[in-house]
Amino acid sequence: MRTPLRWTLQLGGVAAAGLLATTMFARPGIAADDVAAGQMLYQSKCTGCHSVDADRIGPRHRNVVGRKVASVPGFNYSPALKKLGGVWTPARLDQWLSGTQKMAPGSRMYLEIDDPTQRRLLIAYLKSVSKPQ
Amino acid sequence: MDFDDRSLAGSRRTFLHQAGALTLGAGAAGLIGAGPAIAAPPRFRSDVGVIQTALALEHEGIAAYRLAGKSGLLSKGTLQVATIFMGHHEAHRDSLAKVVMQAGAKPVEPKSDAQYVAELNLASLKSEKDVVALATMLEHGAASAYLGQITAIRDPKLANLFASISADEATHWTTLNAAGGGQIPKSAYIFG
Repeated sequence: MRTPLRWTLQLGGVAAAGLLATTMFARPGIAADDVAAGQMLYQSKCTGCHSVDADRIGPRHRNVVGRKVASVPGFNYSPALKKLGGVWTPARLDQWLSGTQKMAPGSRMYLEIDDPTQRRLLIAYLKSVSKPQ
Repeated sequence: MDFDDRSLAGSRRTFLHQAGALTLGAGAAGLIGAGPAIAAPPRFRSDVGVIQTALALEHEGIAAYRLAGKSGLLSKGTLQVATIFMGHHEAHRDSLAKVVMQAGAKPVEPKSDAQYVAELNLASLKSEKDVVALATMLEHGAASAYLGQITAIRDPKLANLFASISADEATHWTTLNAAGGGQIPKSAYIFG
């Protein structure tokens, strides 16, 4: 049987965790809920090949928003991505995630995210691990 | 960990011996034979890119289990499970590499151990729990990556191979997640 005190402590813990999450993810123009949901999606869909801070099958995602395409030093990009040029903006990331092979035929990423909501949440998370634009 | 030592045979010495043999033979001997028989008509050539990406994923998985196995952090039972899972990844590698070669391309090579240590931050692993947590994360990502790439595959037989491999990775994840005390996800569509 839970006592009111225990409930109070538990609710307090939840509130503190929520406040912490809000503080951690607070960025102008990015909702904390979107970032948290995006992080969950990232862990599910992206971590097979990517990490935030390490180059693996794919390049690191730290500071990807605002970064020149194919510009992580030392990463072995496909010719297709090197040729693409430009900067990764949220709009371009949305285009990329919608159809990697359409945007850069011959690139090494084949995963596509059909659901626009999922793309929005993933990009919110990627913005949260990038320098504010 | 909750892996049952009694259910598995083998020893740490065996694992290390196997790991050493794998290190020496990964470039050549490991690519012969093994895996579901898949004919390689010319149309496979259009799928070579996606297979190579999957092959790179398998190389990483093999390295993670091999290097973790050598770390001395794993108990006997966990090491034996890791050895089995590494064997599955080797079989996946062999099947994928075979298709790449049959399509007339050169299979992507594994990176160096030093690269895998850095990329997976293996130096940060301090306990068996850390190793299992990393493996759990990698297996979940792998299961999802295979599923997520199926729609890019043109050949149905290859799509079937990807689905089969994804199921193996999902089995690994389930085993590791349970051993590490992880929760069963409440929402459906755990992978993909």
